[in-house]
Formats: sequence, structure tokens, C-alpha cells
Amino acid sequence: MKVDALCKLLDARVLCGTTDREFEGVYTGDLLSRAMSRVQTDNAWVTIMANINVVAVANLTEPAVIVLAEDVVMQQDALDAAVENDLCVITSPLSAYEICCAIREMAGE
Amino acid sequence: MMSDVVKFHFDVDGSDFSSAGAASVSVKKKLRQLGYSPEVIRRVSIAMYEGEINMVIHANGGTADVEASDDKIVIVLADKGPGIPDVELAMQAGYSTAKDHIRNLGFGAGMGLPNMIKYTDDLRIDTVVGEGTTITMTVLL
Repeated sequence: MKVDALCKLLDARVLCGTTDREFEGVYTGDLLSRAMSRVQTDNAWVTIMANINVVAVANLTEPAVIVLAEDVVMQQDALDAAVENDLCVITSPLSAYEICCAIREMAGE
Repeated sequence: MMSDVVKFHFDVDGSDFSSAGAASVSVKKKLRQLGYSPEVIRRVSIAMYEGEINMVIHANGGTADVEASDDKIVIVLADKGPGIPDVELAMQAGYSTAKDHIRNLGFGAGMGLPNMIKYTDDLRIDTVVGEGTTITMTVLL
């Protein structure tokens, strides 16, 4: 699925990066050591954590998109680093659970 | 792949979390340029990031040295921190001594050392309470 389709699905706003990329698979979680070992390349990583350390973990794991749940907005220093590293970050009003359910439903069709 | 050993050295700043992980990200980029496989790079990245974060959280920083050759990658992380009083306990998944303000940043899952063991082929911990810790990790190609 393309990230821009994901944005529409989740009523999400783009904070940075291009949405013209495909993602495959989803990981959700906020603890960075867990995410570090579980987020796979080209995943959508759903989290409510939005500090600069999230950017470091994303740099190492390379998800296609970071999906911030519950309208969380990324801190400016983190956003700057995300832009610099060409990461795509979007924010959705939905909860992490609702986001995962929405993607699952979409994938099932 | 080159036959020489390529060495990288980093000073890990322990004073703030905003640069934590910078050495690992840099190593990842360099290993990619050198042509290592994504799987090897992923293992090195995870293990080194965990070690780097540990040095920032617990030891006020330290040094990171990486040696990349055609059969293995060796990562040495050295700090002059408080040392690890009970290594066996520190190795347990979920055990963490990180304070609340550290946990609020998303750290403190207690998965640092377990991840380092999981993603490397060899891990050695030399630690002396009150003097510091040196961790040597090897990822075989």
C-alpha cells in the first residue's frame, strides 16, 4: 500500500517526507529497544513516541513511514532530523489500535 | 569486499540524548558504502545502538571503536561509568535501572543487553564497579 493511501485511510496529516512510497507490514510500539529489534525495512511504525530518539531508531531500521497516533506532533528538533534523513512522518487522530485495525481491514479487502 | 580492516572511532557524548545513536547511524552508512549485506548491517546497527544508548544512560558517554573486515565486524564500547554490579541480573530481559525521565523518552525496556546478545555472535563484558565497562561484540559474516 502507498503511504498517501494510508494518509487518506487514517485521516492523517503529513509532517514531513514524501508519501509516494510503498509500505509493507506494520509494527506498533513505543519502547525503543523493542521497536529497534522489531521494525522491519519498509514497515509502517505506529507509535505515540515522537522525540529525536525515534528518528535515530528509524534511521537504523528504515520504516517507510512513522505513523504518530492520537494527533501526536513531532518535536521540532526531531522533525528537523527526520527531514534531514528523508524520513516520512505522518500523524493521525486515531489511536494506535484503531490505526492497526484500519490497516488490517484495508489489507483484508 | 576489501581484505583490509577498516576502523572507525567515535566519542559518544553522554551529556544529551539528542545525539544518542549518532555513532551507530554513522557506522551503518559506512558499512553500507563498504558493501556489507543488509542483514549484517542490521545486526551491527541494533547491537551498537543499544550499547551506545547504555553508555549515554548509565555512564555519561564513552568511546566506540568498530573494526570491519571481510569475515567479521568487531564493536568495542568503552566507558568510565559506574560499572555493572550484577552482570547476570543486567542480562535478564526486562531488567532495567533506568530512571523515570529516561523511560519517558522510550528507553528502559530492559532489552539492551538481551538485544546485544541476540544480534551478535559473541559478546564479552569486562566491568569493574567504580571504574567502568568495556563491551566487545563480534558479528561474524
